[in-house]
Amino acid sequence: MSFDYSKEFKMIAEAYKKAGGNEKTLINNKFGSIVINENRVLGKNEINGFHVKHESIKEGVNVKIFIDAKVKIEFPIHLCFGMLPKEGKQVINSEFFIGKDAKVKFLAHCIFPNAKHIEHIMNSKVSIGENAEMSYIEEHYHSESGGTFVYPKLRGEIKKGGKLFEEFRLTRGRVGVLNIDYEIEQNEWSVCDILTKVYGKKDDRIEVRESLHLNGVYAAGTAKSRIVLIDNAFGNVLGEIEGNAAYTRGHVDCHEVVHGKGAKAISTPKISVENSLARVTHEAAIGRINKKELETLMARGLTEEEAVDVIVKGLLR
Amino acid sequence: MLELKDIHYSVERKEILRGINLVMGEGKIHSIIGVNGTGKTTLAAVLMGLNGYKPSRGEVLFNGKNITNFPTTERAKLGITLAWQIPANFEGITVREYLSIKKNSVEPKKALKLVGLNPDLYLDRTVDENLSGGERKRIELASVFSIKPKLVILDEPDSGIDMASISAIKKMIRSFKKMGASVLLITHSERMARIGDSVALLCNGKIVKEGNGKEVTEFFRKHCKECDHIGEIEEEILK
Repeated sequence: MSFDYSKEFKMIAEAYKKAGGNEKTLINNKFGSIVINENRVLGKNEINGFHVKHESIKEGVNVKIFIDAKVKIEFPIHLCFGMLPKEGKQVINSEFFIGKDAKVKFLAHCIFPNAKHIEHIMNSKVSIGENAEMSYIEEHYHSESGGTFVYPKLRGEIKKGGKLFEEFRLTRGRVGVLNIDYEIEQNEWSVCDILTKVYGKKDDRIEVRESLHLNGVYAAGTAKSRIVLIDNAFGNVLGEIEGNAAYTRGHVDCHEVVHGKGAKAISTPKISVENSLARVTHEAAIGRINKKELETLMARGLTEEEAVDVIVKGLLR
Repeated sequence: MLELKDIHYSVERKEILRGINLVMGEGKIHSIIGVNGTGKTTLAAVLMGLNGYKPSRGEVLFNGKNITNFPTTERAKLGITLAWQIPANFEGITVREYLSIKKNSVEPKKALKLVGLNPDLYLDRTVDENLSGGERKRIELASVFSIKPKLVILDEPDSGIDMASISAIKKMIRSFKKMGASVLLITHSERMARIGDSVALLCNGKIVKEGNGKEVTEFFRKHCKECDHIGEIEEEILK
């Protein structure tokens, strides 16, 4: 275990806690972890089967994460990426190598608590081995300034029988500008579920592209998004699934809620099949908060504002 | 407790409710029976003060207070609540949360037990399409019970559900009465309507007959089941 017990680490751990993370996991031997602030790795804890290689670059960090074949990591591995200053740019080039038959869950927290103008670029490559399983839950915590620019990009390949569960959440603080771009190639019998939940306020801009290529027989995938837009926020979601092989199954599920006069939502499901035995479906609901949900809660004594709050919290949970 | 005085309600010049007069006592179950399209659900919406359901004429009095212009939340704060025929789903909200959305609610476990659902199996489930129709209706009644209402409007609580759920729902309706609440039970089922201490027959936007359960449901069976509701039938019935 190697750590830089600096004031900086304490500050980022504190911000991590505010973001919903358990800061104790960052200094507990049982949990694998890596903590990055700006272009510095402040601490890491490698555990059995989990290895990290990293190097600082001018405006960020290159990180390679390895999970050994056949290793099933018992506790989630905690990743903390942050920028404590008000301004700056952070580029994280990350590569994940999940060995054959391995199983791992990552809890990533991206924290920009003081952002006035912060650019966070996350270039991820994920390779999931045969019959391996990876869960990646990414939670963002931004300041209320709206000056955060986040560009998460993911390119992944899931080998035969592998599974990827990816969840992105940005429901606290202002979004600022968010541009998600995920593209996954899936081999036979692989499974991929992507879920994005974002709460846009004021003049936040949200672009989401979730793209799954079901290339191998019996590959299955869902691209799901839940976006709530209030004030003048804008959201544009593209859910894309290709069924390129026999018995592939895919589903795009987009639900965007608009509450307020200036908010705008666009949803585009794009589905295609190249094999007569493939099946890809989509559903999209876009518009104001469901009237019956609202009235039900109001008939229990909640004001309209309280009812909206309950519905939105549920949707983004 | 509740008095409706000459309630009229129209949509696009079509009169859906045509002068409803009704008096309900405290702690009583009052059934309203009628076939589809007679205005039962509209009456429920008008009573709950839902958006767009303001009566064009008439008054709604609750405990002597004129609440005709009260919005839904204000009526709910007075103790009036409604359980819809097809309850809404709430993505991401657990049954536990749904049953405790209001401060000082009845303990969720107790409310679930009353509708015959095992709290250990249901409290952490979400209130969405993964519940069956019967489960969802029971949870809706539990939610109504949890806010300790004074007047419960139940819109077709028995529609589209199995016998076990119907039995649980009947039990719950009696529980409302035991707790001192009044129930306005809207149904097209004769058996369900007979739970009421009194029954009113709604036909083409008007209450055309009131009385005890046996009397009104027999009348309903004889005159209403084959009715095509073109707007003249109530005159014949009244003769």
